Amino acid sequence: MLNETGILFDITLCEGCGACYDMCKEVNNLPETNDDYLKDHLSDNTFTVVEEYGEIYTRKLCMHCNEPACVSVCLVGAIKKSSTGAVVYDADKCIGCRYCMQACPHSIPRYEWGLTKPRIRKCNLCDDRVKAGKLPGCVEACPTEATIFGKMDELIEIAKKRLKSDPDKYYQHIYGLEEAGGGHVLIISPVPFEQLGYVSKLTNEPMPEFTMRAMEKIPSVAIGGGLFLSAMFWLTKRKNELAKEKKSTNGKESI
Amino acid sequence: MKINDILKPTFWKVVSVIIVTMGLFSTYYRFSRGLGLTTNLHDSVPWGLWIGFDFIGVGLAAAGFTIAATVHIFHIHKYEPLVRPAILTAFLGYLVVVCLLVVDLGRPENFWHPLVMWNIHSVMFEITWCLICYTTVLILEFAPVVLEKFKIKAPIKYLKIISIPVVIAGVIFSTLHQSSFGSLYLIVPGKLHPLWYSSLLPVHFYISCIAAGLSMIIFESFLIARAFTKEDGFHHTELKMDILSGASFAVLIALIAGFLLKIYDFIGNGKLPLLTVPSTETYFFYLEILIGTLVPIFLLSYKKLIEDKKWIYLTSICVISGLILNRLNVSITGLASSSGVNYFPSFDEINITMMLVVLAIFAFRLIAKNFDVFVSNESEHSVNENGTAKSKQIILSERYE
Repeated sequence: MLNETGILFDITLCEGCGACYDMCKEVNNLPETNDDYLKDHLSDNTFTVVEEYGEIYTRKLCMHCNEPACVSVCLVGAIKKSSTGAVVYDADKCIGCRYCMQACPHSIPRYEWGLTKPRIRKCNLCDDRVKAGKLPGCVEACPTEATIFGKMDELIEIAKKRLKSDPDKYYQHIYGLEEAGGGHVLIISPVPFEQLGYVSKLTNEPMPEFTMRAMEKIPSVAIGGGLFLSAMFWLTKRKNELAKEKKSTNGKESI
Repeated sequence: MKINDILKPTFWKVVSVIIVTMGLFSTYYRFSRGLGLTTNLHDSVPWGLWIGFDFIGVGLAAAGFTIAATVHIFHIHKYEPLVRPAILTAFLGYLVVVCLLVVDLGRPENFWHPLVMWNIHSVMFEITWCLICYTTVLILEFAPVVLEKFKIKAPIKYLKIISIPVVIAGVIFSTLHQSSFGSLYLIVPGKLHPLWYSSLLPVHFYISCIAAGLSMIIFESFLIARAFTKEDGFHHTELKMDILSGASFAVLIALIAGFLLKIYDFIGNGKLPLLTVPSTETYFFYLEILIGTLVPIFLLSYKKLIEDKKWIYLTSICVISGLILNRLNVSITGLASSSGVNYFPSFDEINITMMLVVLAIFAFRLIAKNFDVFVSNESEHSVNENGTAKSKQIILSERYE
């Protein structure tokens, strides 16, 4: 996992220029959705946004979890982890149940509601570009190196170093390192993350664990249930037979 | 029935035709224009009335497995007359659910994908397979009724041989998917309101479906006794009070078990303070518990009331309403505050749902009319026990006439 790649976004370096937003639209061939990029929000045609919180600018995008809820819930396996660590989607498999949208702890996946052959839409960390040796669009476009790309272990190292070297500048937390089991998008910030609209009450446990605890009981319910019902079938049948025999012998005695 | 009789307009016929016509238009719009234009679903509310109604439909169809198990596994033959109506109800209920699922799918043309593309970690995957298997079980359980009618005897013999394993498989598939509808929400601890979110959700769903499924059969028996009369050519549709009282007693046990589990869940997870927070969720929760659990428990605890058909009828309506409220609370109300939007189903969503319900009721009547869905209390088994039962049965039915 540590050889997989991801991005680190340093909010203190972001100037809110919107280059990442424009580049994302360009590499993914997405139409324009808002005249003012700062007022746009994630949609089927917008995979990353820049948001303004006073003097602070921040980004929202798919967190590319290590153990993604969306991957675990997709019944046909249309959402998968790529070898790079990115969470990618295959529209040809998708049946459109939208359980991924319901399950995502960060509420990231969007849907093409207006189409008759709709797809799930979200950032895929430019998986094709990365596999071809290029940088993700947003990283390439960023003029201030607020968003950087690299191997996960290196990114974690850089993030930790920055928090340590300048404790006054940074809120001492790497968002995305442990949230919902951690992922491939790390964020460091000057202020607590709930002030910037990030989901802050997430557990550190990967979300699929919550389901697995119930799912792992299925084999025992099936086998135990089968045995119990078979046993009850024979027992109650025998009981009825005995009752009948008793009845008939009683009847004979009375005659 | 003559053509004139069929065409004679009655209130319900007119209403049904209107609902089905509107439903067909909505279905056409849904498939030609997509989900966005015809539903009130959007990115913050990906699941709405249709998914909520699937939970309700499956929950209310639960008598299919509980009654079959009672009669065929536990050999309590008193409930024999309920088996066929329960299986037919379950089968039609599941058909409605499957149709709604397909309507709800964004890419309905890919509905067959789960058959070949597997992700065994998905609760949805397990539910899909259980639905397929259990619907097959229901077909096998109901097949003898159809075959009898057409006097095709050979397959019935084989169906009889496999009948017990089929019933057992049906109970297991039902247990798994009824509870798994609750498991669907285990993955959203941060989104579903804690009044409903619990690691015990699957167990809550399972127990509540047992109570509500039986209540549905009780409720149905009343409607059938009223609407399917001898003049219309139906037989054995009269109310069998001892059976209904017995079933109501089972409902009482399931309700108490469900209520105790809820108390255990609230105390164990420290959720009691939530009950004093004034919010829409709290009011809906109280409404659900009051109508669906406390009032029915109170009513059914009185021996006089549990033997009185009016009260049993009323209680069954309460329990059914309780399940409907619960499922909609989990799928809609409980998620409203985390999504930040209030969802109310669109005209088309409601139309399609109502159309499918009307069609299911119509199908039930049609099948009940043409096949022996309703059998007498005293049929097969008691006749086998002693020959006098048959004459007794005639006397009984004469008295009813």
